[in-house]
Amino acid sequence: MTALLNVNGLTVKLPVMGELRTVLRDVDLELEAGKTLGLVGESGSGKSMTVRTIARLLPDGADVKGHVRFDGAEVFDLRGEALRRYRAGDVSMVFQDARAHTNPVRRMGDFLTEALCTNDRMPRRAAEAKAIQLLADVGISDPERRLRQYPHELSGGLLQRVMIAASVAVRPRLILADEPTTALDVTTQAEVMSILARMQAEYGMAVLFITHDLELAGAVCDDTIVLYAGQVVERQRSTQLHRDPLHPYTAALVQARPEIGHRARRLPAIPGHPTTAYEAPGGCAFAPRCRFAQDACRRAVPSLLQIGEQGSTRCIRMPDLHGRLLATTGAGDEASDHQRADAAEEATR
Amino acid sequence: MSAPLLAVENLTKRFGSGRTETTAVADVSFELASGGSLGIVGESGSGKTTTARMIIGLEKPSGGRILFRGEDRTQPARTAKALRERGRNVQIVFQDPYTSLDRRQRIGDCLAEVLGVHFKLSRDETKRRVRGLGELVGLDERQLNSLPKALSGGQRQRVAIARALAAEPEILILDEAVSALDVSIQAQILNLLSDIRDERGVSYLFISHDLAVIRQVCDDTIVMRHGAVVEQGATAAVLDDPHHAYTRLLRDSVPRDGWDPASLARS
Amino acid sequence: MTAVADNVEVEARIIARTARRLRHAGSLGVSGWIALGAFAAVVLIAAIGPLLVTTDPNAVSLSEAFQGPSAVHPLGTDASGRDLLARLVFGGRTALIGPFLVVLCSTILGTALALTAVWFGGWFDQMVVRVIDAIFAFPGLLLAILATALFGAGLPAAIAALSIAYLPYIARIVRSAALRERNLPYVAALRVQGVHGAWISLRHILPNIAGLIVANATLAFGFALMDLAGLSFIGLGVQPPTADWGAMVGTGMGGILQGHPAEALYASALIVITVAAVNVIGDRLNERSEVRA
Repeated sequence: MTALLNVNGLTVKLPVMGELRTVLRDVDLELEAGKTLGLVGESGSGKSMTVRTIARLLPDGADVKGHVRFDGAEVFDLRGEALRRYRAGDVSMVFQDARAHTNPVRRMGDFLTEALCTNDRMPRRAAEAKAIQLLADVGISDPERRLRQYPHELSGGLLQRVMIAASVAVRPRLILADEPTTALDVTTQAEVMSILARMQAEYGMAVLFITHDLELAGAVCDDTIVLYAGQVVERQRSTQLHRDPLHPYTAALVQARPEIGHRARRLPAIPGHPTTAYEAPGGCAFAPRCRFAQDACRRAVPSLLQIGEQGSTRCIRMPDLHGRLLATTGAGDEASDHQRADAAEEATR
Repeated sequence: MSAPLLAVENLTKRFGSGRTETTAVADVSFELASGGSLGIVGESGSGKTTTARMIIGLEKPSGGRILFRGEDRTQPARTAKALRERGRNVQIVFQDPYTSLDRRQRIGDCLAEVLGVHFKLSRDETKRRVRGLGELVGLDERQLNSLPKALSGGQRQRVAIARALAAEPEILILDEAVSALDVSIQAQILNLLSDIRDERGVSYLFISHDLAVIRQVCDDTIVMRHGAVVEQGATAAVLDDPHHAYTRLLRDSVPRDGWDPASLARS
Repeated sequence: MTAVADNVEVEARIIARTARRLRHAGSLGVSGWIALGAFAAVVLIAAIGPLLVTTDPNAVSLSEAFQGPSAVHPLGTDASGRDLLARLVFGGRTALIGPFLVVLCSTILGTALALTAVWFGGWFDQMVVRVIDAIFAFPGLLLAILATALFGAGLPAAIAALSIAYLPYIARIVRSAALRERNLPYVAALRVQGVHGAWISLRHILPNIAGLIVANATLAFGFALMDLAGLSFIGLGVQPPTADWGAMVGTGMGGILQGHPAEALYASALIVITVAAVNVIGDRLNERSEVRA
């Protein structure tokens, strides 16, 4: 069975100040219908750019290599009506900043019915009834009143629910959710996530869920991909991500995050700072910050290794380190920490 | 018995008047002991930032009292001299590392400027102190000579911490100071804060929405909601065994293995 | 005359510095560079032209009225037989210095007023806003005509009146930019350190909005040049026999009716070129300061 979304060898370069800068390197991913795939990474990892590429929202002058196939069709070959149907019907986006993606002088009702009236050629009355139904579906009380309100009259969580309602209105098969809850409070995040999950189950949509929050991805996604410097460094079942990470970077992220139920004497921080694909050194991009790095890691860019049935990793030491990444923390190992920090600085210079 | 370092009594802040009046902070009281670390946790609109802004003197309380070592600090300072004196007691680090630095000022000059406000120093002494502050927060000579745009978010936040510490304050307010940072950088800054506390004995008033970060940094914690304190106590007790339903909801809303947002939303 | 020459030199230096900064930014664009070149040429003519042209611009020779171009008078003569080239070159000084002084005064005063209002805020800020709005309601030209009626026709009264008329324009823009800047956390951080308000305003807020101020001052220069030329045209600005482009358009009107359009044509062409160039430069600077902000 072929996946709904299939990304293969995707490399993207963007024009910045007159030169092409690499933002994604050889990204592979597949997402089956009805499933949720997490895309986790820090700033510069390329997670948002992956989504923009899939949605064909790249700026002019971008240099794209590789394939993005949706339901077997090459997305970059879509033109005219097919492209319009892809963007307006098959795939739908939910953004981090809902407020920036709504027109402040238009009522929520106009916002919701616009797509229905223009795309589905629904009469206005019917579209309005549908909009009310949609708002009720995402748990918004008194939907008739909400339709007459402007974006500034709604709280962030409520607005994000309206955005979700709007994106599911066209019954897409894939939702691209770009940090949809990052700007929200934790309790609101829980509400929005539960609605997204229910909508997904009801309509059988696939969700590509972008987040910087490894814990959130672990809790809501079937599979998770970890990105670093524009590359996929790990892919596996989300539930295993925290217990048995397959890449030193994922393990380091898990350990660096403080725990709610426990105060660490010292957090095992990752030295240096996240790099972009453009700045990344030769060899393994994470090597300068990695406490397991050896000379061999710096020599060549590692390829993606399959680790049994569990998943894949872009770490050449994995067969050797598997299962031991979380065993030692490296905290207290100050000297090597500082050396690594220097090396990491050096590499990004 | 000596007065606590900072005592806040029945602090209240109302914005607007008449029909548009809203209470941002309602009757909040707490104490911060010398060398202590107090967390204020809450969601947006809980009044935690307004509380911090009143303590630092950027906002005028509508009621209640703020006492520093028993001395009344409720009214914001009016003169630059009074501001300077208070600035040597309490300092603040803001959330956004991008807008909390003057984009046209080199990092070293930024630190030297603040040192010059508080101390009469020779050029050489200023340079030495700037380098010392840089060392304290992990910034090298090259970074001290650069403009903010050459630094990453984490490095900028180090600058903001160094600038606040230049005045050698007894209390450092950290208003969501690590919230905008990547996880890997966040851990570095949290470790740095713990080192600074050990080294300098400065007390923290740590404002955050992130319970795990609060757990890592704070001895005691206050939970705020809609401007009021709903629970307060030792951090471990508040987070491990919350008594208030809202604290429980906050804790359970944090995503983790086996997390079920639907059951939370129903509750 | 030396004071005037000094002013032109200062102006030329400012232009040179602006050009340096722009080159550094490298975002002026082709039209911007052409405009800057044209403006620099005009300023250069006004600055060093009078040193090269030895003919007295005010030497009347009625027997030589309305002559065409010749070896003695390269651009011909006006109704009084005065050399047009000399009058255009010398007239450039008055035509450029007037708006320069207007912009200088209104920018300094407007910026100072706006920064003070923003720093103190509250009722003071509200009062400043009201006063600015009130002045804004008066057309600059009307204000200048009133001033000349009170203090007599001439350049000083016109410059003073236009300086006041242009003040709200600068003050408004500076106020809104400074307000945005003041609300940034770095200003709050400096405040709680006890840094003086005047110091923060001048050393932190001002440099960060300087690009915007220069851009708008440049645009204002174009408008002021037009206004002053207009005043001189109707005889309320520069007084005869002093050469000035605006006044030349005015006196040249008679020539047009008699079939000698050269004086009015040359003078108005220079005004149009200068104003257009300045506007383009101002627009580019404005775009750049927006990109930077």
